Amino acid sequence: MKEIKRSYREAQARARLEALFDKATFQEWVSPLERLTSPHLASLGAPVSFDDGVVVGEGLVATKQVVAIAQEGLFNGGAVGEVHGAKIRGALLKAIEMKAQYVIFLVDSGGVRLHEANAGLIAISEIMRALFLVQEAGIPVIALVGGSCGAFGGMGIVTRLCDVVIMSEEGRMGLSGPEVIETVKGVDEFDAKDRALVWRVTGGKIRRTLNEAQILAEDSLTAFRSALVELLDQGVIGKSLSLAELQQEHAKLVQRAELDPAIRDGAQVWHAMGIEEDVPLLSVNAFNQRLEEVHHE
Amino acid sequence: MSEALHSLWARLFPQGHEITVSGDTLFGSAMTSMGAVHVLGTTQHVAVNSRIALTLAQHVMHCIEQDQDLDQPRPIVMIADTQGQELSRREELLGLNGYFAHLARCVEGARLRGHPLVTLIHGEAVSGGFLAFGLLADRIIALPQVEVRVMDLRAMSRITRIDYSRLTELAQVSPVFAPGPENYWRMGGIHEIWTETDNWAERLTEQFMVSHQDQRPLLGLERKGRLLAAPVAERVIHAASASTKA
Repeated sequence: MKEIKRSYREAQARARLEALFDKATFQEWVSPLERLTSPHLASLGAPVSFDDGVVVGEGLVATKQVVAIAQEGLFNGGAVGEVHGAKIRGALLKAIEMKAQYVIFLVDSGGVRLHEANAGLIAISEIMRALFLVQEAGIPVIALVGGSCGAFGGMGIVTRLCDVVIMSEEGRMGLSGPEVIETVKGVDEFDAKDRALVWRVTGGKIRRTLNEAQILAEDSLTAFRSALVELLDQGVIGKSLSLAELQQEHAKLVQRAELDPAIRDGAQVWHAMGIEEDVPLLSVNAFNQRLEEVHHE
Repeated sequence: MSEALHSLWARLFPQGHEITVSGDTLFGSAMTSMGAVHVLGTTQHVAVNSRIALTLAQHVMHCIEQDQDLDQPRPIVMIADTQGQELSRREELLGLNGYFAHLARCVEGARLRGHPLVTLIHGEAVSGGFLAFGLLADRIIALPQVEVRVMDLRAMSRITRIDYSRLTELAQVSPVFAPGPENYWRMGGIHEIWTETDNWAERLTEQFMVSHQDQRPLLGLERKGRLLAAPVAERVIHAASASTKA
């Protein structure tokens, strides 16, 4: 029987987890029945959700013990509020306590939840600090970005702190969303309605090209699962905070910032690298192969 | 160097300093009654972009390098004055979030080696530019008459589609979204707010002995501005786990 490929982007957080974990091994901590909702949304008369838009728990992936955090992009754009952030921080600290082998972070978020902006901003900095503790305990953190909200704002920073980023072409990552840039700086700076441009600037292929994402997967639950299983089977060497490694990363970022100042579009990056194909039209496999060729040349 | 910075250094470091301002960043060292400290940061409410993030990261790495052989690495005083991140398509293409993450990793690297980290908010501290370094310190201090926020209430009203008048009304009673250092203090996100009459030089040195642990959720609970952050995290930590079941 031919397997039907289900889109990762269209799936909800729990369906993503079910597909990523070994069959029926995922166990949610603090179930929605406990009704941890946001009092701040309620006081503004905004809808609440019984999990405050994030699922945390543990299970097995390729028989390895994995802690998972999965944001629900369909609820308030996966935005981080007090309860949402506290669940993530709690899950990270619990991963250390139980000596999990890996943490996977299914990021799907525009960043701080404005309805509780101060709590959200502080929460993201607390998540950053807890994530450092996880890495310092020798547990690699893997980010998966393929949801409709992408990884923006503070969550874009958190994603880049992770040891490995797996992304789909449909996934997007950045700091300020195109809508915010257009609103403040005007449509000439960034036309947020130009979908193709938005993807050439923030999407998976350009993020993979710049090595902001280390793996580009197809937009399907099975593709994300295969990429994750393959990665865990290989083993992940976590980032370190040694001065040598920080300096090395620094040098790479300096070099990237020296890109011709006229370059403001992923298409120009690909052109400058000598990739003359129409990159957005390439399949994930063809793209990955082309990227490898360029790096060999 | 601006008048405001001159008077800031005079109050913080009466024993002298060697801080250089170049453009919108500053770097150097200063003397306190507890010994020498590193000083770095931003000025003129700058919008932080990749160039500034790299400059700050370089400064932090320089502090680490200088103190590599010291038993007790010197404190790093970080001056935060930023209107947020630069909004630009070019910066997004470069991956500004990655530049901020790198800066954050440098700051964490300094903490790991034992540098006490103190942020002084001078001017304004907004959103992404604040997250990348200032908010990561062990101690976060607001100087008088500063602004701290994610977004102003008018912009927030536009995006959340909640009436501006309703938001200003709610801002009176809820610290959770209204701008202002007092609200961040109540939520545990700012440790101290200094007044004009405080002895800043003395108060600064009091910060150097503190813990490297992130105790902000508990502080928010104590000050009754953030009642859920600490207990919700505890609930997750103590949730029944498959791995701890017999």
